Formats: sequence, structure tokens, C-alpha cells
Amino acid sequence: MSRFPIIRIITKLLIPYILLFALYVQFHGDYGPGGGFQAGVIFASALILYGLVFGLEAIQRVAPPRIIEKGMALGVLVYAGTGVLTMSLGGQFLDYSVLEHHVLTQWHVPSGQHLGIFLVELGVGITVASVMTMIFYAFAGRKHAHDT
Amino acid sequence: MNIIVFALLALLAITAVAIARLRELWAAIMFTGIYSFLSASWMMILDAPDVAFTEAAVGAGISTVLMLSTMALTGQGEDIPRKSSWMPILIVVVTGATLVYGTLDMPALGAPDAPVQLYPSPSYVERSVEDMHGLPNVVTALLASYRGYDTLGETTVVLTAGIAVLLILRRDPKEASATEPSAGDEPA
Repeated sequence: MSRFPIIRIITKLLIPYILLFALYVQFHGDYGPGGGFQAGVIFASALILYGLVFGLEAIQRVAPPRIIEKGMALGVLVYAGTGVLTMSLGGQFLDYSVLEHHVLTQWHVPSGQHLGIFLVELGVGITVASVMTMIFYAFAGRKHAHDT
Repeated sequence: MNIIVFALLALLAITAVAIARLRELWAAIMFTGIYSFLSASWMMILDAPDVAFTEAAVGAGISTVLMLSTMALTGQGEDIPRKSSWMPILIVVVTGATLVYGTLDMPALGAPDAPVQLYPSPSYVERSVEDMHGLPNVVTALLASYRGYDTLGETTVVLTAGIAVLLILRRDPKEASATEPSAGDEPA
């Protein structure tokens, strides 16, 4: 599809804003609608759009499958790791209240429940974005192998 | 407001009938994307922006792309059924009638005595802002904190689904080169 200049240029214009919106949905999800799942899907859709227009090789140079497939597990590890962290700090599994701290409060550094929600949503976002991208790679890769 | 509601529901019904009648898969996939987008608009009217977000991104975006990729691997058209089709329509009509019958017992939208408002406990909404240090989004607070175990399970389900797709669909680079006919660039 990279032959069509209008599609190519509009895609290049749109992708930064899609990625920015995904990050906004991720990190603003505690305040507005959204959260890790939605942000992950939007992030992956930006990558998939790039892959659709510029080809599988181009997107795999930007987001190598080796890294993305590790991201699938990394997100769950971040989520479960938050639980283990709260346990090691003396609380129960996923009890974010023990993450309470008083560092840089004037900068609104997340603390306590807010910090816990921030971390687990980050984990959800990483896993969802990686899984969606990896599924696209699996489908598109087979198509490529079929064609050649 | 009512006009928008009726227009959206009518468009949803029209789209659903169009999907059922279409034999060309490419057009049917496009219509499922439209259906998801209309559903997302409908959920916005029902004051569920989080769900609308998900529906728009997953239903209209990712799943359309995945179905198009699947179609590229399989075929463009659906076989025209040769047998009579009274059995499927009977099943659909009976199921639909059961579902409509079920909605007769449902409380009115937004009724204060509806089970969804009374169970498990309205105190989550009252406590949430204080518990979460002022985070206003109760949905996020419920998903990530009060029901943190559930969301961990859901994330694991997403990971498992991704691994399953990779196990089924991904080809090893070695295996792919072994099954493909040699390009003939190396001397035999």
C-alpha cells in the first residue's frame, strides 16, 4: 500500500498523534476514561497501521518481534511484581496502601493506591499492546510466507 | 436525544441485517467494523465511555484488521448454502425471542433500586475518592485496586491467548525455509 502517496503521508502525520493519545489514555486513565487495556490496544493499532501501509519488514525494524514477544510476559510480570512488592513491604498481595511514601509530594509523584494503580495499569498496557502487535505479526507473517 | 437513540438503534439493526445477507466477505468485514463503531456510539449514550473506548479500539480497529488478514489467508467469498435454511432462522428467532423475553424483567435504565446499583455495595462509589487519594475515575479504581486480582487474571488471559495464537500460527524461520521450494540461488 506504500505506493499511494496520500495514504503514506496521512499515515505518517497521524501515527505520532495516535501514539500520543495512547500514552494519554494510559497515564490519564486514573482521572478520565481509559486505562491500560484501551491504551495498549490504541498503541498497537498505531504500530499495525504502520505495518499495513509500509509493510511487515518496516514495522519489524521499528518493533522487533524478539522485543515485543518479551513485552507480552513483561507486562504480567510488572503486574504480579507489584503484588510481590507489596507483600515484601509487609502488606498483602496487591495491597497498594503499603506503597505510601512522602517523596516529592509537591511534584505529585504518585503514592500509595495511586502508585499501585499506575504500576498495574502500566503492566496491563504493555501486555495488551505486545499481544495485539504479536498477533498481527503472526497473521501477516503467514500471508507473506504464503505469497512467496 | 431520542432521535439519536432511535437512529443509532435503527442503523445497528440495518447493519446487522446487511452483514447476514452479504455473501462477499470483504464487505461483511467492513460492515462489522461499522457495527462496532455504532455500538461504541451507543455505549457513549449509555454513559459508559470506558467500554465505548474499548469497543471502538478493539471492535472497529484491531479485529477488523485481523479478520482482513484472515481473509487474505483463506478466501474472499462465502459458499452459497444449498440446503434449505429454515433451521438457522428458527434457532435465531427462538434465541432472539428468549432474549427479548428476558429484557421484560429488567429494571428501567438508571433505576435507583436496580440490582446493579445495590449490589455488591454502593459504598465503593462513596469510599473510592477517599481510598484512592482523590482519583476520580471509579471504574479504574474498581478494576485496578478493589478487584486487582481479577484484572491480574484477565491480563494473564490476554497473555495466554497471545501465546496460543503464536503457537498455532507462527512459523519457525528454519521451518519456513524448509517447506518453501528452494529459490535456486545456491548451486545444487
